[in-house]
This record gives sequence, structure tokens and C-alpha cells, in this order.
Amino acid sequence: MKSPRKAILGATTGLATLLSAQTLSAVEIEYWQYIFDTRVQAMDILIERFEEENPGITVNHSTFPLADYRTRLAAAIPAGQGPDVMQLFYGWLDSYVDEGLIQPLPADTFDPDMIGEEFFPMVGAMMRDGAYMALPTAVRSLALFYNTRLMEAAGLDSPPETLEEMIEMAREMTIRDGAGNFSQVGITSGMTAQDHHWFREVLTRQHGAEPYLDDYRTVNYATPEGIAAFEFYTGMETEELVTQSGFMDEPQAAFRAGRAGMHIDGSFRIGALEGTRGLEWGVAPLPLSADGVAANYGSYWVNAITQRAQDERKEAAVKFMEFIVSEEAMQLWLDVVGELPARPSVALTEDNLANPVYGPFIEGLEGAHTTLFVDETAQRQVLVDAVQRVLLQGMSPAESLTMAQEAEQAIIDRAQGN
Amino acid sequence: MKLYSRLSIDRKRTVWAWGFLTVPILFYVVIRFYPTADAMVLSFQSWNLLGARSWAGLENYVRLWNDPVFWQVFRNTFMYLILGTPISLVISFVIAYNLDKTRFLHGTLRALYFLPFLTTAVAMAWVWRWFYQPVPIGVFNNLLSSMGIGQIRFLNSTTNALPAILAPAVWAGLGFQIIIFMAGLRAIPTSYYEAARIDGVSNWTILREITLPLLKPTIVFLVVFSSIGFLRIFDQVFNMTTNDPGGPLNSTMPLVMMIYQTAFSSYQMGYAAAQTVVLFTVLLVVSLVQLRILRDR
Repeated sequence: MKSPRKAILGATTGLATLLSAQTLSAVEIEYWQYIFDTRVQAMDILIERFEEENPGITVNHSTFPLADYRTRLAAAIPAGQGPDVMQLFYGWLDSYVDEGLIQPLPADTFDPDMIGEEFFPMVGAMMRDGAYMALPTAVRSLALFYNTRLMEAAGLDSPPETLEEMIEMAREMTIRDGAGNFSQVGITSGMTAQDHHWFREVLTRQHGAEPYLDDYRTVNYATPEGIAAFEFYTGMETEELVTQSGFMDEPQAAFRAGRAGMHIDGSFRIGALEGTRGLEWGVAPLPLSADGVAANYGSYWVNAITQRAQDERKEAAVKFMEFIVSEEAMQLWLDVVGELPARPSVALTEDNLANPVYGPFIEGLEGAHTTLFVDETAQRQVLVDAVQRVLLQGMSPAESLTMAQEAEQAIIDRAQGN
Repeated sequence: MKLYSRLSIDRKRTVWAWGFLTVPILFYVVIRFYPTADAMVLSFQSWNLLGARSWAGLENYVRLWNDPVFWQVFRNTFMYLILGTPISLVISFVIAYNLDKTRFLHGTLRALYFLPFLTTAVAMAWVWRWFYQPVPIGVFNNLLSSMGIGQIRFLNSTTNALPAILAPAVWAGLGFQIIIFMAGLRAIPTSYYEAARIDGVSNWTILREITLPLLKPTIVFLVVFSSIGFLRIFDQVFNMTTNDPGGPLNSTMPLVMMIYQTAFSSYQMGYAAAQTVVLFTVLLVVSLVQLRILRDR
């Protein structure tokens, strides 16, 4: 029988060791992302769970408006003041890697082969020299939104499965007055929105083109096949008269206002459309080509560990990274934010696939390509201008797309040279 | 303290004057002059905001010279100036000249003209952007179509977009110019007019021989002021063309917007700095030329 004294002594020593162990391993790390309500909420929940599981680690969550997020990072990281783990757009990765601001994910925790198997193939874009530099929690893809009321009014009962059907149905849903002015478009269009992704990665491939070669270093869409894809796109406005670029200012505005039958957009649009009064909509996978080719464009924000995280901070940062790209985190992200899980094991569950809203987007993930942009805004502008030359200046699609290819190649070459 | 008490009154005054002047001088050196000098240095460097700056020599300027977009933007910038300044000055002078003679509702009218000047450029640009849309949402085009007239492509046109964007900018600036013109008109001694009337001179001659020459200082001020304003136009263009910034096909992009995009969307800080130096030079030359031409003769 132990004396009570001894027991108390034992308990105190035990507690003391525990406490000192606690203080010894207490690490604080910084996590940064941009402000988007549901993303911030989801991350707060994840951090809470993570801290429960790892009592020695505190994660400070800082958020900034998207408009100056990039400038903040650029000012803070080189000054050694920034985050240990941060979120960045996949397209920014190159410049961060080139400047040595982020470190590769350690291969013992993030085995490249394991990631290759467990994540969607588009995540491969985050690999540099055999190591992953960053990983997403969630990914985005494109799908076709359709207005159920306008479909019914035009006597259509199910969304289009092929591009040809899409044009047919768009024609049914287009309304123009005597002077030819649109009061309702069959399908929205606008390279300024998501159409440049749809054209770049989907339409070109569906027409048999390979839009980029050499790991996105060579632009290759101005081939006869690519030009056919571009003629299809501009033809919706010039030949088929089922759309008008810039109708009601922005494609998503036209769809939201119930003035457009169909609209191609990303999964991030779901939140904005939900709860729009008087709008009834559905989602379908992107239409296939005549010979059944499917393609999609995937994009994502990734999490990366910066150079600032060293020693015990690095250990903590790795643990935190592991947690926020886990299956558990991904399902939570889908439930709270509505962004699609980056692991097929979470995304392709029966429940998720059967979801009428997320299902079509998730279906698109497997065949999704991720464009390795060097300057997304500038590269988008190239395609915006290509369409404008056809619509406003009457240039032939072939000539315009050839000019676009040269312009985009110049942007890529300049970025490579730097 | 001893040293100070030995100074003469005049010297003490100087010490105090410099004491007070140090604050704005320091402010200007740190907030204005240092960044300006730094931007000039940066224009000979290459920097992506993340890494270290590296020397690039004249590369940024050579690139600028060979960039067709830059020349287009340069032309646009001068179009804003060449159209904007005379149109806004003529309109505001005509309004001020007539308003000056009106007794009826004088204050209310003047307030109404001044109102747009108080409005935020961003809000105004967005309202005008919707005005300009094609049917079914654009006010102007709805009006035209209800009268059976064809649609006008305001913003989605390489020729109409620039004047369409300029119009609200001119309108917004009118209030200020009218007030300045009216102050100038009031400052002309009435005795000149009385003398002219006694001599039986026509209104047109009075305007040409008395009013305009005596308004010269006002005109010089407004020409320089509004030229600088139109040369660095940004808010209106940026907000009316957010989907296709400076478009369509760069037909509305002013220099300031090109600088903004190069710096904060492409992150080519050196190239953007070179454009800034060009803008600085243009503003300087235009202002000096205007001052000289309008003042000396």
C-alpha cells in the first residue's frame, strides 16, 4: 500500500514533468490565407481539431483581403516575417520556388509516389525535381449550369450531352427582337470569365488539338484542330447567333438574372447562385465532343511550407500540412466551403457523386488539366483579344488565333528568361 | 540654449521658420522624393517583388520602345488629353459665362453643376457602365430602341469606347472648372465692361477683347490642371472595363493603367517603373510647355 504522501509526491512530479514537456514542445506557427468567409470558417474548425490532437502546437490563423494578399506575402516573406504555412494559387508556385521562398515537402511524410496515387492527377503540376512543393486541400473544375425554367419553356427536358446538342438547345432558348437584339441568350460567352479555360483545355482537346507542348512551355493551339475549336467558339456568336459576348455585362450576371439558358463556370460559382430568388438551375458535366471526348480544367489553391519554418517549427508545420490535406480535412472543406476534395478517395464517394450539384464537377476532376500559367491575367488577355479581333474587326479566326499563339508564346518566353 | 540667446532677432526668425519647415520637408523627402528617386533607379532594374533586384541596364526602356501596346497606350493617353481638356474647358466656360449672368435660381444651378464633382469616381463609373450596356439593361440603348433607332455599341467598340469613357470624366470635372471660371469672371473689374458699353461695343467683342484676355490666369490654371488630370486618368477606365481592362483591344487603356497592370498583375516592377518615368516626363513636359505658351504671349 502506498502512503498518501508518496502518492501526492508522485502525482506532483508527474504533473511537473508533463507541464515542462508541454512548455518544451510548445510551438507556435503562422498560417496565412486570403479572406473568403467559408474558407476562414473551415480553417478555424480544422485548426481547432488539429490543436486538440497536437496539444503542443498553436496555429495562428491570419487572413488578408484577396486584393492585397499577394503583395502582403511578397512584402512579408523576404523580410522573414511571413507565415510558416501559407495558401497560394497554384499559378504562383514558380515564382515562389524560383526565389527559394518555399521548401519542398519532406519525402518521408509526403512520399511522391503516394501522392501520385492518392491525389487527382492534376496535382502533379505541383511537383518540382521529383519532390512536391505544395498540396491542395480542395480543387475546382468546370461544369455546365443550366436554367431549368428556360429549358422547360423551350420544351427541353434534359441538359445537353454533346456540343452539338448544346448548340441546338441554345438556339431553342435564344430570344431576339425584330431588330436582332438579344433579350435572352441560349448560352453565355465571354473569354473574360471562365471561357478561356474552357477553350484552352477543353474545346481544343475535344477538337483533337494539343494546346501546349513541353510542359506548357510551347503554345500549340494554332493548329488546324485548334483553329477548328476557336471557330466553334466564335461561331456561337457569329454563325449560330445563340450568344453575345458581354451580354448583360458579365456572363454570370446574365445567368443569374435568368436571361441565359446555359452557362459554363467553375464550382466556386455555386455559392453565388444558391439562394438567388426566382432562379432555378441545375448542373451537368461539360458537353462531350461529337466523338465522345471529355476534358476539363482544374485549378486550386495550395498549401506550402515557407523557408521560415525551421527545426521544431518545421516539424509542427509538416504535421499541420499533413492534417490539412488529410481525407478528414477535405470532406470538411467540401461540407463547409463547397470546394471539391483533392483526393479521389474522398471526392468519388457514392454520396458525393450522386450530389446533383457537386456530382458533375467531381466527375470532371479525373480528366481535368491544369494549365501552368506564367501570368494568368496576361495569358487570359491574349485570348480575350483574339475573340475581340474576330468580333469587332472581322479578322478570320485562323489569323487571330495564330496571332494569339505568338503573343502567348512571347509571354511564356519572357517569364522563362527571367 | 546659450547659443540660441546670442542670435539676433532675424536669425532667430530663420531658425523658427526652418523649425516649422522641417516637418513638411521631412515628410516630402520620405514620402515623395525618396520613392520617386527609387522608382527611377528601379526603372533600370528587374524585380518581381519577391526576390532581389538585379540590374537590367536599358532593357526596360528598349522593351518599352519596341512594345506596340505601349505606343497604342501612349496614343490613348494623348487622346484623353486632346479630347478631354478642350471639350471640358469650352463646356465649363459656356456654362460659367451664362450662369454668371443668371439671377434666377443661381445658387441651386451652381450646386447642381458642382454635384458630380463630389461623387466618387468609382460609383459614377459603374453607373455609366450600366447606362452604356446594350439592351435589355442599358438605359441609352433602351431609349434608342424604343425610338426605333439601331443600337450603338458604346463600350464594346474600338472606336466608341474611349469617348464613352471620357464623357463621364469630363462631366465629373465640370463642376470644379465652372466654379473656378466663375471666380475668374467675378474678379474682372466691372469698370471695363461699363466703359465698353458706353462705347457701344457688341457682346462678342466684349467677350473677345475683355473677358477672355483678363481670364488668362484662370485659363492657364485650368488647362494645366485638367491636362494633368486627363493624362493620369485611371478610375473611370478601370471601373468601366474591369472585365477586359483597358479594352477592347487596348483601345481605352491609359498609361497609368498599363503601369498598374504591369506592376500589380504581372509583377514586373522594373518595367512598370520605366513606364512611370515616361509618364513623369510627359507630365513635366506638357505642363512646362503649356505654362510657357499660355503665359508669355
